[in-house]
Amino acid sequence: MSEQEVGDPRAAVAPSDESARVEKAGASAGSSRGRHLFSGSAGRNLGLVVALLLLCVVGFATAGERFASVSNLMTILSLGSVLGVVSIGMTFVITTGGIDLSVGSVLGLASVWASTLATQQMADQYGWIVMVVCALAVGLAAGVINGVIIAYGNVVAFIATLAMLVAARGLAELIAQRRTQIVDVASFNDTFKGNLVGVPKIVWIFALVAVAGWFLLNRTTFGRRTVAVGGNREAARLAGINVKRHLVYVYALSGLTAGIAAVMILARTSAGSSTNGTLLELDVIAAVVVGGTLLAGGRGTIVGTVLGVLIFTTLTNVFILNNLDSSVQQIAKGAIIVVAVLLQQRLARRST
Amino acid sequence: MVNADPPVTVPLLQMQGIVKEFPGARALDGVDLEILPGEVHCLLGQNGAGKSTLIKVLAGAHQPDEGQILLDGEPISISDPVASLRHGVATMYQELDVVDGLTVAENVYLGHELATLGFSQRREAVRRTREILRRLGHSEITPGMEVGRLSAAGKQIVSMARALSHDARVIVMDEPSAVLDSEEVGNLFRVVKELTAAGVAVVYISHRLEEIREIGDRITVLKDGRTVGQNLPVSETPTAQLITLMTGRSVEYVFPDSDAPAEGTPVVLEVDGLALRGVFRDVSVQVRAGEIVGLAGLVGSGRSEILETVYGARRASAGTVRVDGKRLRAGSVASAVDAGIGLAPEERKSQGLLLDEPVYRNITLSTFARFARGGFLDERAERTAAQEQADALDLRPAGVDRAARTLSGGNQQKAMLARWLVHGCRVLLLDEPTRGVDVGARAEIYALVRALADQGAAVLVVSSEIPEVLGLADRVLVISEGRVVHEGPAVSIDEHGVLDLVMEGSVA
Ligand SMILES: Nc1ncnc2c1ncn2[C@@H]1O[C@H](COP(=O)(O)OP(=O)(O)OP(=O)(O)O)[C@@H](O)[C@H]1O
Ligand SMILES: [Mg+2]
Repeated sequence: MSEQEVGDPRAAVAPSDESARVEKAGASAGSSRGRHLFSGSAGRNLGLVVALLLLCVVGFATAGERFASVSNLMTILSLGSVLGVVSIGMTFVITTGGIDLSVGSVLGLASVWASTLATQQMADQYGWIVMVVCALAVGLAAGVINGVIIAYGNVVAFIATLAMLVAARGLAELIAQRRTQIVDVASFNDTFKGNLVGVPKIVWIFALVAVAGWFLLNRTTFGRRTVAVGGNREAARLAGINVKRHLVYVYALSGLTAGIAAVMILARTSAGSSTNGTLLELDVIAAVVVGGTLLAGGRGTIVGTVLGVLIFTTLTNVFILNNLDSSVQQIAKGAIIVVAVLLQQRLARRST
Repeated sequence: MVNADPPVTVPLLQMQGIVKEFPGARALDGVDLEILPGEVHCLLGQNGAGKSTLIKVLAGAHQPDEGQILLDGEPISISDPVASLRHGVATMYQELDVVDGLTVAENVYLGHELATLGFSQRREAVRRTREILRRLGHSEITPGMEVGRLSAAGKQIVSMARALSHDARVIVMDEPSAVLDSEEVGNLFRVVKELTAAGVAVVYISHRLEEIREIGDRITVLKDGRTVGQNLPVSETPTAQLITLMTGRSVEYVFPDSDAPAEGTPVVLEVDGLALRGVFRDVSVQVRAGEIVGLAGLVGSGRSEILETVYGARRASAGTVRVDGKRLRAGSVASAVDAGIGLAPEERKSQGLLLDEPVYRNITLSTFARFARGGFLDERAERTAAQEQADALDLRPAGVDRAARTLSGGNQQKAMLARWLVHGCRVLLLDEPTRGVDVGARAEIYALVRALADQGAAVLVVSSEIPEVLGLADRVLVISEGRVVHEGPAVSIDEHGVLDLVMEGSVA
């Protein structure tokens, strides 16, 4: 992410000597770095951190020790990790200017497929890896199908992934026959349940995915292409970037994160159900957008997404601790989305 | 400051001491401008001098930090574009500002739709739009056409029609001729003369001094955000003085010596029987290493499409493209880029730039993978390479970390060129390489293109300015209605010869 505000040091040279070519700019001296505390990408994240801290203050004030304890922190984190992993994939999709509505359904399908009797039997025989490969493959395949339909079929992402949302959910119901499948594979449960150095293993997975996502978006050619495709698709194409192929990769990545999340759901709840991940896509999109990724594409932030996820999960936690109605919680979520996006637009305008 | 005698008429519009500061750049630093009724007032200045910023202040798109604006001697405030229009100022922006998904008529009346009691009068809008288009000499553009399907020149005409649809007292035109060819510039000038005869004032921005000579009455020169020459009469101010005022130095406005490659030099680019259904057909051209070949023709004759098809951005319906004897896959940009072809497209804003990304990332957009190791970017190397080319092209401001959006139009063009310089192409396809570029930088770009050719690149150039094609190229192809009607050395034909061929071609 760039710091657009930093003035060019050379521009500070006054064009005093006309013959020497120092008429570099009509720019005034001095950079305006730090003029606005909350502008620039770091500032945007700072805004989110402040929001998160405020939420924590509210949590502590209303629920006291029950909120501010290590075990509650772990509860928040493991609640947030499923949402978080899917949001990392979604950040890439939205950065290209697209959308993936199918993540919740794909997660459900992957969790069902990875926990069928047949898969579990194979897993008993060959180890937990069978279930993981199954979930990831299902997610990846769904993502590739999305990507191919969108990129090569020229179908709008909204429609293509809406179709996948419906179809994947249907397939999951068909496979599960509306029954919940309990995961009973010892090696799987040993590997993914429980803690590692005091932190739930699924939280570690979230952390790994987030760090990998950050590197992928900010430090690799893959990330640069993602931003370029979202920023100006035609310019990216004319610069020699294979836009269609890249879109397939990005939707595949989103499907893959849904597959990873399916493994995490199985670890957390031990239940493969066709209702897993219902309406997850809405929370995911909300977390990504609140985090500062532009729906129009061209700008994405992993740090923002993680903060967005934490804000929503903490909010849910505070409401639950106070025994508040989930309807009230939804109203609050809606309000947060609007306020956060309004705030961001204001900050974004200031920083240009 | 050079100042001519004060005028006798009361100025229609005055801008005094206008200051506009952007984060990190003082774009306007006390600019004065004075416009009389019925005159064509030309605004001159180098890329980044502040011309567009000044007229955006006048149009209400930017708020000035200091200074005042007087209309008929009364101070007015222009808080937004609507206010500007209400005061009778209509603006054609430098960067095309039409909405692709709407029709021509909808674009023309965008923001001031004709309506009674909230019901839009579409038929009336269509009728008036047709009238304006006829007046502009472009009846072939119909009000019902979708604007996205028009060429850059077509869009410029829609934007012009929009300005005319207001009953304006002042019409501001920011480099309107940049996308037009000589015939259409003639049309534009006829309309400008009609307007001024009716007492409308026109503010005219262009980097082509010949145009200023032909149409202008008085000139204001900006440099580094300040007025350095005000109300200079066009007829009495020598070009040399204008250039000195603009640049602070004198520039030789010449083309570099062409030393065409010898017969035996290998052919790098070989296009054979290329066609794009409904646009052009049977285009064959060979470009040797070190050779510059120009495509001349009217806007809409298919020149840009030829370049885009060679580049694979459009899929040819027939014919082949070879680079160093190797045949490229039709319709594959990646295959063209791998073979070492670079294209600087015509519309930099919609086809070329990531406006919100830093300049250096725009410059390395086609090469960043080359700097990367194992998929991991090396931004420092990218920045250094970008900075090098930015300096070679004298990008202003020179820093490559700012967003591309904040560069002036001409400097955005330089960033586009820099991209292919970093790329180090075997074949360079240039579509209007000096559009919107100022006199000084133009000479530098010519020298640079020649230097690239001397290093062994094959260059194919499209330009609407016939003298530019003839001066820069070793060989020219004249295109008319999608066909090559003439091919020969650039020295053996002149501007009239080209125009005659173009006309003949379109009659045949
Ligand atoms: N939004 C912005 N933020 C920061 N700087 C800007 C912005 N817009 C313009 N500038 C700077 O202001 C200066 C004047 O730009 P302007 O577009 O007015 O130049 P111009 O005279 O129209 O040049 P050209 O002939 O290239 O179109 C330039 O240095 C440019 O980089
Ligand atoms: Mg300009």
